[in-house]
This record gives sequence, structure tokens and C-alpha cells, in this order.
Amino acid sequence: MRRQLLTYLPSSPLLIGIHTGGAWLAERLHHSLEFTEPLGTLDITFYRDDFTRIGLNPQVKASHLPIHIDDRHIILIDDVLHTGRTTRAAMNVLFDYGRPKSIVLAVLVERDGRELPIQPDVVGKHLKLGPHQQVKLNGPEQLSLNILEERTP
Amino acid sequence: MTAENFQLNNDSSLRHFLTVEGLDRRLLIQILDTAKSFIGVGEREIKKVPLLRGKTVVNLFFESSTRTRTTFEIAAKRLSADVINLPMKRLSTSKGETVLDTVKNLEAMHTDLFVVRDSFSGAAYLIAQNVPKHVSIINAGDGRHAHPTQAMLDMFTIREHRPAFEDLTVVIVGDILHSRVARSQIHALNILGVSEVRVIAPKTLLPTEVERLGVHVYTDMRKGLEGVDVIIMLRLQLERMQGSLIASEQEYFNLYGLTPEKLQYANPDALVMHPGPINRGLEISSEVADGPQSLILDQVTNGIAVRMSIMAMLMGGQASRRLEK
Repeated sequence: MRRQLLTYLPSSPLLIGIHTGGAWLAERLHHSLEFTEPLGTLDITFYRDDFTRIGLNPQVKASHLPIHIDDRHIILIDDVLHTGRTTRAAMNVLFDYGRPKSIVLAVLVERDGRELPIQPDVVGKHLKLGPHQQVKLNGPEQLSLNILEERTP
Repeated sequence: MTAENFQLNNDSSLRHFLTVEGLDRRLLIQILDTAKSFIGVGEREIKKVPLLRGKTVVNLFFESSTRTRTTFEIAAKRLSADVINLPMKRLSTSKGETVLDTVKNLEAMHTDLFVVRDSFSGAAYLIAQNVPKHVSIINAGDGRHAHPTQAMLDMFTIREHRPAFEDLTVVIVGDILHSRVARSQIHALNILGVSEVRVIAPKTLLPTEVERLGVHVYTDMRKGLEGVDVIIMLRLQLERMQGSLIASEQEYFNLYGLTPEKLQYANPDALVMHPGPINRGLEISSEVADGPQSLILDQVTNGIAVRMSIMAMLMGGQASRRLEK
């Protein structure tokens, strides 16, 4: 993933991680790639499409974009790409901050089950998972991927 | 059923926000945490999030208040809701019937949330009892009873500057008797676990048995200010006063007005707050109100984020409530 990201470095992009797993990951990559541009984080809670169904996430984090994103190249980072709904919401958040020049999507894990026409540009790992399996990044100190079996009711 | 239990859903999330009394610490902290993330929205280029898109919010104000109504209106608009302001004649018990008719009419137009203010204690509760399950009510001040969103924005403002409630001594000064703000603040401060809540007021402006709310009472302002971290000044509600509760405005200011001299009795960096509008030279001097320790304008800014937080929490899961029997 690191190697693929290096090809984007010449455009001096901003790294922006989606809370919570994506923010941890972005912080790691920001450090190990020795990015000099400030790191951003996004919380997508206020842009989710299931708000009226499941309500507000009780642990809303604050979005933090340290500089203007107008005309900047952005690398959006998330831990898992599954349905694509989180990515959709994150892009809407970004556009309420300004008009980026471009956005690429980098994810640690790409799994099947897309419900929207969204594809990643940088992928750490492809996983084939069943509909009742979930993959989750745990952290923040030691990042580890865990596959959870969802019990069918 | 009491107003306290009545305002929760079966899963103990918020359904109405009528009073702080009886809510648990976890819920209050959730309101404050969520408000914190809404602060950022107000600082962006586009100060709007799509959370309440398609929802209709009606501001039902039976008692006029431009400031409070405006902050509710801005809060709802930043959440992308549609807002309608209805200044109403006073909701009296004799007219209660027609007001409920009005509410039913508005509901028939698919209103999702009513923000209610009235000089009659219990107005918001009355309306909350008469709306279907998916409709929520926010109390924006009812008589002398409660003003829970003001109390929460004050808690938010305190927390921004002093994050550990348990270390704080907070004093509320002034017209406790007529103040719904003070009542809601006292409940909120105690639920959040501050070390001590005090009130300072002349005997004529204290409700009977005020100690039962969980406060220490002082009539001498200098004594009451000793060692406090937060000073909340209240507006002297002259319009609600019948008879002579204070000898004269000058004497009141001498005894209970917050001046730079009296401020020195509090802890050196004590925070100064006031719910507004200020009576300068009556309960607070301009030097203090505009001074470095004053958070009065922060309170106004924070009021929008806190009201957004409460509106969002009420409207979350509204659809599932509609399906409840």
C-alpha cells in the first residue's frame, strides 16, 4: 500500500483518514511516508444515509481539516471498503469544505459487497468474505485486522 | 408518568427534551460530545450538514424571544431542516384547547419537531403529551420551570474551559426565584457531578426550600464567591416581579452586581457567564461583562451547536418510532 501511495507523492496530496479505522491508518501512513503536509480526519456521521433508521452514532468524532482543500489533490483513506456508502458520505463531507482538485481512494482491505459505483485506487489487500462475515480494524496502538462471524438470527 | 421518564424512548435515547431533571450523566455527556463535533460545522465554508433534510421544525413561541428563537432557527437550518416560526398568543389554560388544535393542525402538515416556549410552566409537556410518537418536542423555556437547552449550552461552555466537572465549584448569582435557567442549570451541574453548586441571592429572590435542589445558599456575595471556579450571573427579571422584591436597583447592584472588586473574591481565573440579555450596571458591570474572564459571547456561539446536537439526537431513529405501537 505504501509503495502504491508513493506514486502520488509528486502532486503533494493531503492525506485524510475516515474515522475511526481510516484515521488510525492515515496517521501510520503519514508518519511512515514522511508526509510534510498536515494530516486530516473526517467523521461522516452527519452524512450517513441511514440516520433516520438507526439514529445518531453516540460516539461522533470531530472532523479536522487543518488547511483548505480547494484545488488540492486528496488521498482519502479508510480501513475497509465494503458497500461504498461510507466513501460516498466522506466525499460529500469533503465537498462541504471546498472543491478538491482530485480525490483518490486508498483502503487497507477491499471486500466484495459494493452497493454503489465506487472503486479503490490503492488497495492493501483483497478479501473474499461471505455476507455474514465482517472485517474490522482494531487499534489505535497496535493495528490489527479481525474477521468476525456474524451469527445469523 | 413524570416528564423525566416521558422524554425517553424505550431504548433510553431522547424522544423529547423537556427538562434536564431525571436524565442520566451518560445522556448529558452524549449531548455535549455531539455538540462538540457540530462546533466545527459552524466554522466551515458551508455551514450545513444534511442530517435533517426533509424534516420540518416549527418554532412555537408563545412568549417572544428573538435571541433564543434565532439560535433554534439557525441550528435547524444548519441541519438542513425546514423551519417555520410561529409567534403565538400566550398559551393559557383557558386557551389550552385551541392551542392543541393548532398543534394538531401543524402536525397534519407533517411537522417533525416543535420547539416550544411559553410563560406557563408545563406548556411543552402538555404539547408533548398530545402529539404522536414520531413527533418530538423541545422545551425552549416554560414559565419558571425549565430551560434545558440553555443549561446544556452553559455546561458545554464550562466544559470547553474546565473539562473536569468533578473539580469545580460553580455559583449561580441573582434572581433564582424567577429563573427557569437556574433550575435547569442546578440539575445539570449536579447530574454532571460538580464538586459544589452554590447560589447567591437576597432572601426575597430565593425559592422556598431551594437547598433541596442540591445547592449551598449564600446571601453575602463576597462570601459566596470565595473559591469558586465558575460564576453564572442571572438576569434580573424585572418584568416578572410583582411587588417590591428588591429595595432599589442601585442597592441591588451594590450588593449583588458583579464588579471587578467582587470578582477578586473568586478564584483568579474564574469563568464569568450570563445567559443574556444583560442588564449592564444592574447585575453585572460592563468591565466584567466585556472583560477577559467573560464567556458571554461564547455561550451564544455554543448555543447553536448544542441545539443542533439535541435536535439531531431527537430526530435520529424517528422512523423506527413511527413503527412502534
